[in-house]
Amino acid sequence: MTILRTDGITMRFGGVVAVNNLQIEINEHEIVALIGPNGAGKTTAFNMITGVYTPTSGNVIYTDAAGNDVQITGNKPSTIAKLGIARTFQNIRLFKELSVYENVMIAKHLHLKSDFMSAALHLPHYNAEQRQAEAEVEELLKKVNLWDLREEKAFSLPYGQQRHLEIVRALATKPRLLLLDEPAAGMNPKETDELTEFISQIRDEYNLTIFMIEHHMDLVMGISDRIYVLDFGQTIASGTPLEIQNNERVIAAYLGVEEDA
Amino acid sequence: MEFFQAIFNMSAASFAQHMVNGISLGSLYAMIAIGYTMVYGILLMINFAHGDIVMMACYFAFFGITVFQIPWYLTFVGVIIATALLGVVIERTAYRPLRDAPKNSVLISAIGASFLLENLANYLFSGRPLRFPNIELLSQNIAIAGVQVQAISLVIPVVTMLCLVVLLHIVNHTKIGMSMRAVSKDYEIARVMGINIDNVISITFAIGSILAAIGAIMWGIRYPGITPLLGVMPGLKCFIAAVIGGIGNIKGAVLGGFILGLGEILIVAFFPQLSGYRDAFAFIVLIIILFYKPTGLLGEKTTEKV
Amino acid sequence: MANKKNLILTILLLIACFALAWYVNFETDSYIRRVVNLCMVYAIIGLSMNLTNGFTGQFSLGQAGFMAIGAYVVGIFTVPVALRPAVFYAAPMNPLIADIYMPLWLALIVGGLLAALVAFLIGTPVLRLRGDYLAVATLGFSEIIRIVITNAQTITNGALGIKDIPPLNDVRYIFVFTAVIFIFITALINSSYGRAFKAIREDEIAAEAMGIDLFKHKCLAFMISAFFAGIGGGLYGALLGTVDPKNFLFTLTYNFLLIIVLGGMGSITGSMIGAVLVTAGLEFLRVFDEPLDLFGMAIPLFRPGFRMVIFSVLLMVLVLFWRHGIMGTREFTWDKFIAFCKNPFGFFGRKGARKA
Repeated sequence: MTILRTDGITMRFGGVVAVNNLQIEINEHEIVALIGPNGAGKTTAFNMITGVYTPTSGNVIYTDAAGNDVQITGNKPSTIAKLGIARTFQNIRLFKELSVYENVMIAKHLHLKSDFMSAALHLPHYNAEQRQAEAEVEELLKKVNLWDLREEKAFSLPYGQQRHLEIVRALATKPRLLLLDEPAAGMNPKETDELTEFISQIRDEYNLTIFMIEHHMDLVMGISDRIYVLDFGQTIASGTPLEIQNNERVIAAYLGVEEDA
Repeated sequence: MEFFQAIFNMSAASFAQHMVNGISLGSLYAMIAIGYTMVYGILLMINFAHGDIVMMACYFAFFGITVFQIPWYLTFVGVIIATALLGVVIERTAYRPLRDAPKNSVLISAIGASFLLENLANYLFSGRPLRFPNIELLSQNIAIAGVQVQAISLVIPVVTMLCLVVLLHIVNHTKIGMSMRAVSKDYEIARVMGINIDNVISITFAIGSILAAIGAIMWGIRYPGITPLLGVMPGLKCFIAAVIGGIGNIKGAVLGGFILGLGEILIVAFFPQLSGYRDAFAFIVLIIILFYKPTGLLGEKTTEKV
Repeated sequence: MANKKNLILTILLLIACFALAWYVNFETDSYIRRVVNLCMVYAIIGLSMNLTNGFTGQFSLGQAGFMAIGAYVVGIFTVPVALRPAVFYAAPMNPLIADIYMPLWLALIVGGLLAALVAFLIGTPVLRLRGDYLAVATLGFSEIIRIVITNAQTITNGALGIKDIPPLNDVRYIFVFTAVIFIFITALINSSYGRAFKAIREDEIAAEAMGIDLFKHKCLAFMISAFFAGIGGGLYGALLGTVDPKNFLFTLTYNFLLIIVLGGMGSITGSMIGAVLVTAGLEFLRVFDEPLDLFGMAIPLFRPGFRMVIFSVLLMVLVLFWRHGIMGTREFTWDKFIAFCKNPFGFFGRKGARKA
C-alpha cells in the first residue's frame, strides 16, 4: 500500500527551479533512497514533503493508518508530524543546550493529551502519560547506548552520537514514515555499517517506512528497496539498486561523461 | 458615511494645510526611518538607540544656539558632526563586541543603549521640556495661495528629497556604496572578499546618524518641545515605517515614512475625536502589512535555508 | 518528578519563608515592609517575563502594558463605591461599572484574565514575527494600552489616575501569591509544556518538525506570562495605593529586563535572585539621587537622575560582559545545595567544560 506520493511537485525560488515535477511513490515498509549530486534538490524535496516549504505547484498525498488519503501539501510541519511523518536534518538540528533526555522527551509532546493546567498541576492522568513516555524514551535511548549520557547537553556529544540522537528523537514521535537526511554524513565505514544495521532494525521493529537522502553508496545500495536519482531538480532515474548502478544517465551525472579521446 | 461628510465639510484651504503638515511629518519620518533600515539591512538588528540619537541631536542644537550662542548655521554643522560621532561610538561600544553573540544579547544591548541615552539626557539636561531654538528665517509664516505655511514646512520635503538623492547616489554609484550593498546581501562572503566590515558598518551608522541629525534639526524647528523621551514614539513609528516599506530598502523607508506621516495627520484631520489615539495608527498599519505583505511594500522575499 | 526528599525540603523552606514574612510584617518598620513587598511583586513580574523571553525565546517588551491592565482592574473595582465619585471628579464613572465592587483577590484574578485576553488579541498577529520585530511590536502595544487607558476617561479616569485604592501592606498576603506563582511556573517549566517552550527557544524549525505547534505554544506562553504580569500589576497598584498611566511607561519593563538578565534568562531561581538584587539595588541607588557631601564639599555628580544612569550602565555592562547572568539556565536544586554545604570550595571547581 502506498504511504506517500507526490504528483509532480515543483519548487520555484524566484527564477530558480529547485525541484521540477517530482513524482515519487513510497510504499509501506519500503526503504527508499533519494540520491543525486549536491544541489540536486534533495533536501528541498524533503522540505516540501514535511511542510517547511509549500510547493509552487503540485500536491503531496499521505495515506494514514486507516487507509485515507490526506493532502498534506503546504501544511504546517507540526501538523504533518502529528500525522506520522518524522524527519532528521542534513545539518543536525538538536536542541543543543538541552540534555539528551530532554531532546527525546520533547518529541513525546505531540502525543500529549493533557492540557497545560493538568501538566502544571501534575494531575494523575498527566502523570500517567508521562510515565508511559518516560518508559518509551528510556527504551529508545538504551537502544543507541545514550541512556547513560542522558543528562549531558546535546552539543557535548561526539558527532556520530549526535546523529544517532537525532534519529532516536524522530523515532520518539512514533512516526509511520521516517525521513532521514544524510544520516551517515561524516561517518567512517565501520560507523556506516552499524548505521545500516540500525536502520534495518528499526524499520522492522517499529514497522516503519523509510525515505532517505544519502551519499554513502554502500548504505544506499546495501539497504534500499528502491532508489530515485535527482539531478538539477529533475528525476533522471528510478528503480532497484541494481538497475540504478547500471543506468548510464546516473553514471554520467555522478562521474561525468567520458571525453572523446 | 461620516467619513465622506468629513471630507466634504473640509475646506480646500484646510485640506491643503493638512496635506502640507502630512508631507512634512512624512518627510521627517522618512529621514529617521532610513537610519533604521540601513542598519537593519546590514546587521539584521534594530538600533533601538536611533530614536534617542534624534533626541540628543535636538539637545545638541539647543546647547549650541541657546546656551553657547553660536550662530545657527555653524551649530547645525556641529550638531551633524557630533551626532554622527555619537552614532559611531554607540556602534563601537554597544554593538560591535556582541557581533558573534546570540541575537537576544544584541537586542538587550540596543535597549540598554537607548535607555542609557534617555537617562543621560534626563540627568544632564533635566526632565523639564526645553524649547528648541527659534530660527526666524525658517519658522516664519509664508502665505501661499491663501494658506499660511511655516517656511520650515516647505524646507523639510525639499531637504529630505535632496538627502535621498545624494544617499541613493552614494549607495548605487560609489565604491563604498557597493561595499554596503554587498555586506547587506551576504555578510560572510563580503568579509571573505576583503571588504573591511568594521569600516562599512561604522560608515552606515554615521550616515544614518547624519540623516537623523538633519531630521532632528528640522523636527525641532517644527515641533519645538524637547524632552528626554522625545525620540521614543517617533523611533518606534519610524522603524515601523521601515518595515512597511520593506526593511533594508531605502526607498521603502521613505515610502513608509510618508504613508505613516500623511496617514497620521489626515486621520486626525478627518476624525478629531480620534486625536488621542493618533499614535496607534502606525501599529495598525504594521499589523495590516504583516498580515498581507510581511516583506513590506518594496521588500524582497527571502527564504531561510533549512 | 519531585522525589520525597526534595518535596519535604521545599515545603520546609516555604514554611520558613512564610514565618519570615510573618515576622517582617509585624516586627519591622514600614519602609522595610515596603521594600520586601516590592521585591516579591517584582519577582512575580520578572518570572512572568522570563517565561516568554527566557524560556520560550520570544523577546517581548510588553510587561508594563499587562501590568497596567491588572493594576487598573484593581484600581477600578476595589475602590469603595462610596469614594468613587470623588475620585472620578472630572467625568463620572461609567454607570455600567460604577457600582461593581470586588475584593482584592478577585480583582487580581480578573485583572490577570483580562491581561491574558489582551495578550491573545495582540499575540495573534504579533507572535508570527521574528525576534526583534516582536520586541518592537510588543513595546508599541504596551504604549497603546497606556494610550487607551489615558483616553478612556469614564472607565479609567484618564490621565488623572485612580486613587484611594485600599492599600496593601500585608507581607504574608503577597508572599502567598508569590509562592503560589513561583511553584506554578516551576511546575509548568518542568512539565512537557515547559520542554516544548524550551524547544522553541533552542530551534524553532526542529521543534516544529517534532510536532510542536509553534503559534499555539508561543501564544500559550505569552498568555500565561500576561496573566501573571497582570496579577503582579494588580499587586503593584494595591501597594502604591494609586494607579496612574505615567506609572506604566514602557521604561518600567526595563526593570524586569534587568532582573531576568541579571538572574539568568532561563532560570527561575535566577529571576528570584535578580528581583531581590534589583529591587534592593534600586533602593540603595537612591543615595545617588541626593546631593552628597564629602568632607564638607558637595559633589556635583549626585543629583536626581543619576540613579537611573547608573542603572542603565549596569544593564549594558551586564549584557556586554556577563550576559548569562548569575544562574544562566541553571536552577537551584536541593542536591546541589547539599553538595555545596558538604564541600563549599570543591563545589565550584567542577570538572567538565561549561560552555560560557
